[in-house]
Amino acid sequence: MVLAMGAAEVGGDVMFKVLEKDLLAENIYRMVIEAPLVAAKARAGNFVIVRVSEVGERIPLTISNSDAERGTLTLIIQAVGKSTRDLVQLESGDNLRDVLGPLGTATEINPDVKRVVAVMGGIGVAPMLPLLRAYRKAGAEIVSILGARSKELLILRDEVEDLSDEVIIMTDDGSDGEKGLVTDPLRRMLEQGEKFDLAIAIGPARMMQASCQVTKEFDLPTLVSLNSIMIDGTGMCGGCRVSINGETKFACVDGPDFDGHAVDFNELVLRQGYYRDQEEHAETCQTFGRE
Amino acid sequence: MTRASKTRVEMPRRDPKERGTDFKEVALGLEPELAIAEAERCLNCRHKPCVSGCPVEVPIPEFIQLILKGDFEAADAKIKEKNSLPAVCGRVCPQETQCEQVCVLARRGQPIAIGMLERFVADQASAAKKARGEAADGQQAKPKYKERIAIIGSGPAGLTCAADLAGYGYGVDIFEALHDTGGVLRYGIPEFRLPKSIVDEEVEYVKSLGVNIFTNVAVGLTLDFNEMLSSGKYAAAFIGTGAGLPYFLNIPGENLNGVYSANEFLTRANLMKAYLFPEYDTPIKVGRRVAVIGAGNVAMDAARVALRLGAEEVSIVYRRSREEMPARIEEIENAEEEGIKLQLLTNPARILGDDRFCVRAMECVRMQLGEPDSSGRRRPVEIPGSLFTMDVDTVIVAVGQGANPMLTTRVDGLELNKWGNIATFDECGATSIPGVWAGGDITTGASTVISAMGAGKRAALGIHQWLTEKREQA
Repeated sequence: MVLAMGAAEVGGDVMFKVLEKDLLAENIYRMVIEAPLVAAKARAGNFVIVRVSEVGERIPLTISNSDAERGTLTLIIQAVGKSTRDLVQLESGDNLRDVLGPLGTATEINPDVKRVVAVMGGIGVAPMLPLLRAYRKAGAEIVSILGARSKELLILRDEVEDLSDEVIIMTDDGSDGEKGLVTDPLRRMLEQGEKFDLAIAIGPARMMQASCQVTKEFDLPTLVSLNSIMIDGTGMCGGCRVSINGETKFACVDGPDFDGHAVDFNELVLRQGYYRDQEEHAETCQTFGRE
Repeated sequence: MTRASKTRVEMPRRDPKERGTDFKEVALGLEPELAIAEAERCLNCRHKPCVSGCPVEVPIPEFIQLILKGDFEAADAKIKEKNSLPAVCGRVCPQETQCEQVCVLARRGQPIAIGMLERFVADQASAAKKARGEAADGQQAKPKYKERIAIIGSGPAGLTCAADLAGYGYGVDIFEALHDTGGVLRYGIPEFRLPKSIVDEEVEYVKSLGVNIFTNVAVGLTLDFNEMLSSGKYAAAFIGTGAGLPYFLNIPGENLNGVYSANEFLTRANLMKAYLFPEYDTPIKVGRRVAVIGAGNVAMDAARVALRLGAEEVSIVYRRSREEMPARIEEIENAEEEGIKLQLLTNPARILGDDRFCVRAMECVRMQLGEPDSSGRRRPVEIPGSLFTMDVDTVIVAVGQGANPMLTTRVDGLELNKWGNIATFDECGATSIPGVWAGGDITTGASTVISAMGAGKRAALGIHQWLTEKREQA
């Protein structure tokens, strides 16, 4: 046996055990998994690559929370293709075949940032939580805009409320909060002259793009977290390449965080869709959420 | 004894038409009669030029004499005194530029087929062991020394270094970032050239020597390299992380869908077994017309994988001429036999996309060879006004790989050269940090399996000598 390392000292044949699993909304699950080595090193912005079985894809997932003492990671998974459906079939006590991480460049928390507006949509709230925690810890004031198609799909709302000074809820159908897009209150606040040092937008690519268009008008620096297709997650395959100010970068190692005003979102969206016609068989990669 | 044949044996290969449709091994291996006949040709020279032509100094005449005696397992054991991966090397080593090039019989153009014999011996020994129901045959001894060694990367350099260190008497842990072992042997070289069952067996052999392998550990991220040494857990380390950073051409259109790095294309096919999709979950897309840019072994592998995945027309696009193609002649022949076309003296200028952001064509210019450049090869020069368009829907970029910075930038005090490769300071691969050695593609840039193995071997010796000295001084 080749030893999968993670949950114990060197020398054991170790799998990555699912400790908890909850349904957060339709097809959206929260899983807590045992991966002590990764948990010990995880920082805001990091992600893992997991594999369910010997025939499975390598699925990138942002680390939504980590507990170094307990040796656990919290992952939020939206089941939309074969691989993610296989993943959420696992129950407490089952093992993942592989967990690799923490991958990616951790987010740099800027101590000069005193006020943050955090825009999140879909399951983009999951990767946002570590950033909110980090800025909270750094003493920044946080205004969160949390959006979903409808009330039922709003996830992790309590966590966002705990970490924010103000929370604005937006739904497409008006079933909770205001009816409209996350960019509506963002634009409104900026037009009213509210001052922020940083915007963070995480969610579907089109949502991040729209948010960046608004913040650009107001010269508000904006951080986004990109969810490209990738295989190894260590800079080896180049499948995750994205154009940042016209220059090609690898989302897995140069990101996944980037200056949102420099990202070519149209290219990102088109590249994300390349394997869509094969999704009936196997979903390639939904790191952070999808419309 | 009958007079030995003057003609070198030829490797039996599957019919190109048949083999181009599946991933089963192309070269079939020698039957015992052919192998013995080939072994009879060996002059058993006393000065053994072949051994000095081998980066790991396999005792070539000795193992060939054991073939003559019909003791194939003894021949295998003889090779394994120096080379832990004979079934791999017998398949992928460029013998024509190493041991076979300096064979005395090479002067008449008929060197001993050392590579084929090496593969023969390894396969025979493996089959014999399997027939007896035996597992890998390493002699696992309790480590003689208390010092443990960490090896980063389970490719050819790391496996060789680990095997040799275990042989010297050290406890060895290999850390691999991917979910499976073997490095480039697993993710890079396709099944039809190097079956993964062979890689499995060779890895099992290294483990049977007492080596631990931990997958899913990206040293630098999952574990802090500096801490591994400073904590005293490991007395020394070897870095053999390979050339894991694909180069692109930086031409317009390179981010279109349908443009792959060879690394991505081969990793999908080999490591993730996308050629078995949907039995395996990872997809791969190959269009009808594929252009592979570059002409090294990786380019040949990518082209032949594309063909097997159903492409109707696969072209190698290379800016120099056939003479300068860096791939092994055997691999170029294999590719051409299978129907791969060569577009030589052709340089891509731009990749064009359709309205769905997918590749539809590639604009190229014709080149001619000018004056020799710094590498001694004639420099390709663009022919003015020669722009033309190739209709392609898949482009695979196989123009080489650089040093992956993931680990190297996270090691305190590790000196790199201007290309980002780890700088080494002696023939054993000592780095700027005491107790840390490096070898293989991460020091040299993309090279061969066997040169990485040679580096792993020399590093093992360097580590052993260093630790021996330290023990004596203590």
